[in-house]
Amino acid sequence: MEFSELIKESIGTLALNKMRTGLATLGIVIGIGSVIALVSLGQASQRAVQDQIQSLGSNLITITPGAQTSQGVKQAAGSNTSLTYDDAKAIIASADITEVTNVSPELASRAQATAGRNNTNTQIVGATPAYSVVHKVDIAWGVFISQRDLDALDKVAVLGPQVVTDLFGESSNPIGQDMRISGQSFRIIGITVSKGGTGFQNQDDIIYIPLTTAQKVVFGENYLSSISIEAKSENTITQAENQIGYLLLSRHHLNSPDQADFSMFSQNDILNTASSITGTFTALLSGIAAISLIVGGIGIMNIMLVTVTERTREIGLRKALGAKKKTIITQFLIESTILTATGGFLGMVIGILSSWIITHFISLPFTISAGSIGLAILVSGGIGILFGWYPASKAANLQPIEALRYE
Amino acid sequence: MIKVENLSKIYKNDSVETVALHSVSFEVTAGEFLAIMGPSGSGKSTLMHIIGALDTPTSGKYFLDNIDISKLEDDQLAEIRNKKIGFVFQAFNLLPRVTALQNVMLPMAYGGLTKPKRLKKAKEFLEMVGLKDRIDYSSNQLSGGQQQRVAIARALTMNPKILLADEPTGNLASSQAVEIMDIFSKLNNLGHTIVMITHEPDIAHFAKRVITLRDGKIESDIKNGQNIAASYVPKIK
Repeated sequence: MEFSELIKESIGTLALNKMRTGLATLGIVIGIGSVIALVSLGQASQRAVQDQIQSLGSNLITITPGAQTSQGVKQAAGSNTSLTYDDAKAIIASADITEVTNVSPELASRAQATAGRNNTNTQIVGATPAYSVVHKVDIAWGVFISQRDLDALDKVAVLGPQVVTDLFGESSNPIGQDMRISGQSFRIIGITVSKGGTGFQNQDDIIYIPLTTAQKVVFGENYLSSISIEAKSENTITQAENQIGYLLLSRHHLNSPDQADFSMFSQNDILNTASSITGTFTALLSGIAAISLIVGGIGIMNIMLVTVTERTREIGLRKALGAKKKTIITQFLIESTILTATGGFLGMVIGILSSWIITHFISLPFTISAGSIGLAILVSGGIGILFGWYPASKAANLQPIEALRYE
Repeated sequence: MIKVENLSKIYKNDSVETVALHSVSFEVTAGEFLAIMGPSGSGKSTLMHIIGALDTPTSGKYFLDNIDISKLEDDQLAEIRNKKIGFVFQAFNLLPRVTALQNVMLPMAYGGLTKPKRLKKAKEFLEMVGLKDRIDYSSNQLSGGQQQRVAIARALTMNPKILLADEPTGNLASSQAVEIMDIFSKLNNLGHTIVMITHEPDIAHFAKRVITLRDGKIESDIKNGQNIAASYVPKIK
């Protein structure tokens, strides 16, 4: 029999036995579809974690007061009053510090904010214009705090969308209105774009006021709760950290880093933590992929073994009528290739579709990797073809009478 | 046409040896209609499978059309089965869910005939066995007798040297059995060589020669007798 005719014969056989064909295809569809969907979901969660870390600001270095180990007595981090606005200004002004682009001195504390009858207890951040750059805060309406506000100790406030909702109601625009923070009257000059509340803290539930106003008018403090610094690039974070560290040590008259009355952590540290998290994720993913590949593979193997072994008598008959081994094996190979190709394609479509739907509904970024599709199709397809071929070849090698007698 | 010399077949199962055929020798000339009889376990099925190249002997020689079949490879045997032997089985052995026409065309496909030729011949033979109006019926839509007639048409398509029938009426009602045997008789009159296995004396009656096997050996070989079936008297050990 010619090859083209064998293909026709195989398609004919598959079409005649719809139940058997359907079951075998279903097995392959589920095997391949589940691997693709699971791996894609895992990668989506991995991406979500990375994206959230990135959204905190890139190339970020954060300096907080209070050494992690103070001589003998350990105080809570941040409770120290060692960081000042002048430290931040010195970092900006220093000629030795070359790897820093933006410096944002900050004083954050919680306070009561009121507007009309509504009030809320929220995070008040004393900020400079650099804050919006370093922390990637975008303004939806109005403006952010300006240098002039800072110089004049203006009582102006920029609100996060959550604060607007709490004080003025959903989707209102209170720009130009007055509100009170710790009893002081502030004019609202801007509203930030929502960043989502899923980060390490809710970045939408914040009120920004000029740093100078925060220090002198609201909290009556002279120190900073942190300085956030943007390094020139990811690669120079360590260098920037060293430059800043030496400057602050000398400004605070300290001799060695052991005595530092401030601590620094960078995006690198977070990224390192994140990469250990994503490492765990990757291991989890590989586990899931391996299990689904095994489960899918066994499913495919079983259905192929059963459907082909069931046809041992047919193989015996075909041999009795003059079919050669090669002809029979070729026919079964074509059949299982058609089955796995169809099932593989359907499984791929269903896997991609279902992971798209799931990521859409639980708002994860939709990711699909060619690698996982390739692996799923290669392994499942390979198993499908192997276990379509193996029992057929075994049956074709029997004496025709043994195959005919097979029960 | 067929020459069998000292043919033996021993089945080995674990350590138990079963002798199915014990040095059997006989010849069949062209145009004969031979029935092989014998009680179950006499080795008649084994003999038939060896003659049909479906099985290989343990020792001895088997010539079909002057070719020593006992020495051939698997694929060569497939070709012999395709070109020189036509099978009719007790259980019909048609491909299920496939039409009568496609069943009859199958051996010709393995024999490498072109499609138009296959179609023409298949229709011819189906007409010959009286199934002209059933060619598009699938095998499960046909009665037992009709299925066996499809099987006979299928056996004839490659113009085989011998027609082998293994209990061809074993699964049929007696009226249908007679119809099938009439077809075999007609084919024999047309010059076909037929070897048939049966344990029914009535059916053996249609043959012109009867070989009776017992315990793997030829017990009797009767030719041209009018009452050959009467010579078969079941013996109980």
